[in-house]
Amino acid sequence: MDILLGSLLIQALNAIQYGLLLFLIASGLTLIFGVMGVINIAHGSFYMMGAYFAFTITGLTGNFFVAVLLGAILSVIIGALLEWALFKHLYKRDHLEQVLLSYGLILIFEELRSIFVGDEVHSIDVPAWLNFSIPLGDIMSYPFYRLFMSGVCVLVAIGMYILINRTRIGSMIRAGATNSGMAEVLGVNISMVNRLVFSLGVGLAAFAGMINAPASAVAPGMGMEVLIVSFVVVVIGGIGSVWGALFAAMVIAFADTFGSVFFPSVAGMLTYIIMAMVLLWRPEGIFKR
Amino acid sequence: MVESKNKYALLAVMFIALLLFPTLGLDFYNDMVSRIVILALFAVSLDLLVGYTGLISFGHAAWFGVGAYAFALLSTHYQVTDSFWITLPVALIAAAVLSFIVGLFVLRTKGIYFIMVTLAFAQVFYFLVHDVPAIGGSTDGLNLYARPTLEIGNWVLLDLENPLTMYYFILAALFFSVVLLWFFLRSPLGRAVQGIKINEHRMLSIGFPVFRYKLIVFVIASVFASLAGYLFAAQSYGVNPELLSWHKSADVLLMLIFGGMGQFVGGMVGAFAFILLKDVFMTYTDWWQLWLGITIVLFVLFLPGGLASLPSRLKALVGKA
Repeated sequence: MDILLGSLLIQALNAIQYGLLLFLIASGLTLIFGVMGVINIAHGSFYMMGAYFAFTITGLTGNFFVAVLLGAILSVIIGALLEWALFKHLYKRDHLEQVLLSYGLILIFEELRSIFVGDEVHSIDVPAWLNFSIPLGDIMSYPFYRLFMSGVCVLVAIGMYILINRTRIGSMIRAGATNSGMAEVLGVNISMVNRLVFSLGVGLAAFAGMINAPASAVAPGMGMEVLIVSFVVVVIGGIGSVWGALFAAMVIAFADTFGSVFFPSVAGMLTYIIMAMVLLWRPEGIFKR
Repeated sequence: MVESKNKYALLAVMFIALLLFPTLGLDFYNDMVSRIVILALFAVSLDLLVGYTGLISFGHAAWFGVGAYAFALLSTHYQVTDSFWITLPVALIAAAVLSFIVGLFVLRTKGIYFIMVTLAFAQVFYFLVHDVPAIGGSTDGLNLYARPTLEIGNWVLLDLENPLTMYYFILAALFFSVVLLWFFLRSPLGRAVQGIKINEHRMLSIGFPVFRYKLIVFVIASVFASLAGYLFAAQSYGVNPELLSWHKSADVLLMLIFGGMGQFVGGMVGAFAFILLKDVFMTYTDWWQLWLGITIVLFVLFLPGGLASLPSRLKALVGKA
C-alpha cells in the first residue's frame, strides 16, 4: 500500500475512533439536557471519574475488564445518587444555578481525585491479548486496541438506539423529552425516567473515560478538555438530538484529526471555526428537533 | 422602594469603608483588598449581562484577559510604551472590537446555547494566549517590569508604583464604573435592555432592535471587564493564561450568585465573600476545593437569591413566625 494512502487510512481510523468516543460523551450530555432540561458542566468530571476508576480498579484486581464492569456499575449508582440528592431539585430552576451547582461538583470531584489518587499522570496497559498491531501493507500497522475501542463504542451506540427506540423505557424517555408534563399525565413515572436518563448519561461518560484510558493518559484536567469539545458537539448537533451528536462528533473528529495533519497551525481553532459557521447558518444546531 | 434605598446605603457604606481601609494601617492587606476591588469591578461588568439583560455568559474571563494582555504586550512583550494614556485605550478598544465580533456570533444563540458558545469562544482566547508566542503565549504568562505611567508631559500626575496611590486609583476606577453603569441603566437604552430580560419577544414585537441592543450591552460589559483585567495586570506585575480560563469565568458567575444579581452591590459583596471564603478554606484546610465546592452546592440549593437577598428572606421568615 502506498504510504500516503496508508497514512490517510490511519488518520481516518483515528478520526472514527475519536468521533465515536466523543459521541458517547456528548450523547449523555445531550440526553440529560433534552429530557431533563439540565445543563451539567460536571459531565467531563464523570469522564475523568471513569478513567480513574479504570486505573484504580485495574491496579487492585489486575484485570482491565473487571475494572470496566465494576466502574460502570459504580458510575451508574453515583449518577443515580447525584440525581436524587442534587439535580432533582434544579429541574425547574434557572440554567445559571444548574451551571453553578455542577461547577461545585467539578471542584469536589477534582479534590476527591487529588486526595484518593493524587495529581500524577498515570497510564494503564492495554490488556495483553489486545495488545498487538494489524499490518497495513508492508510498512505500516495499526494498533488493534483502537479498532477494538471503535467496535465497543459502536456496540454501545447500537444498544442505546435499541433502548431508546425499541423498548418501553425508551418510549417513556422519548415522551419525557417531547413533553414531560403530558407524559406524566399519561402515567409515565417521569421522576423515574429522569433518574434513569441521568444515570445513563453518567454511565456513558464514565464508560468513555474507562475505555479510552489504555489508549491515552489518565491525568488531572482530562475532564475539562472533553467537556468543552462535547459542548461544541452538542451545539453543532442540536440539543437533545442523539443523531445530531453522532453527526457532529464525526465532523469535529475528522476536522481535528485531519486538521492537525494538514493545517497544524490552525488545528486547535478549527473546531471553533466550524462551530461559529454552523451557528451563523443554524443557531440551534443542525439537527434541531 | 425602601429596599432599593437600603441597597444604595449599603453601596455607600462599602465605598466609604474601602476609602478608609488603608488608614487602618493593615498594609499587608491593602494588596488583597485592591485585588478584590478589581474582581468586584469584573463581577459588576458581568452583572450587566447576567443580572440586567438575562444573558448568562460563561466566557467573561476572555475580556478580563484581553485587558490584561493588552497592557502586558504593549509594555513588556513588545516594549511599545508604559503610558497609561495609550495602553488603557488600546486595552478597551481591543475588547470592544473583539467582543463586537464574538457578539455577532454568540448573540444569535439563546439560553443554554449561549452558555456553551460563550464558553467555547472564551476557550479560543485561552488557547491563543496559551499557545501563540506572538501574543505572549506560554503556560507561565508574562512578568511585567512596571506599572502604567500616568504623566502629562514630564509631570507625573500619579505614581502608580506607590501601593497606596495604586489602591486609590483602583478604587476610583470601580467608583466611576459603577456611576457610569448606573447612568447607562437609567438611559432609554438601559431601560430597553432590562425589558429584554423580562420579555424579549414583547420587546421585539414592540419594535425594539433587540439584537443590536444586546450587542451593545455585550460590548459595554466586555469593555468594563477589560478595564478590570487591565488594572489586574497593572497591579500584579504579571499576566498568565489562567486569567482567561473557564475557572475564572465560573468564579465571577459565582461571585454574582453569592452576592445577588441585578444590583451592583451584589457583585461587590459577592467578590468579597468569594475571596474571603476561598482564603479561609485555603488557610484552615488542605482541601479547599472540596469545601468550596460543597459550599457552592449548598448555596445553590438553599440560597438562590444570594447574600443580598438574605435580609428580605430573614424578614419574611420573621414575618411568618
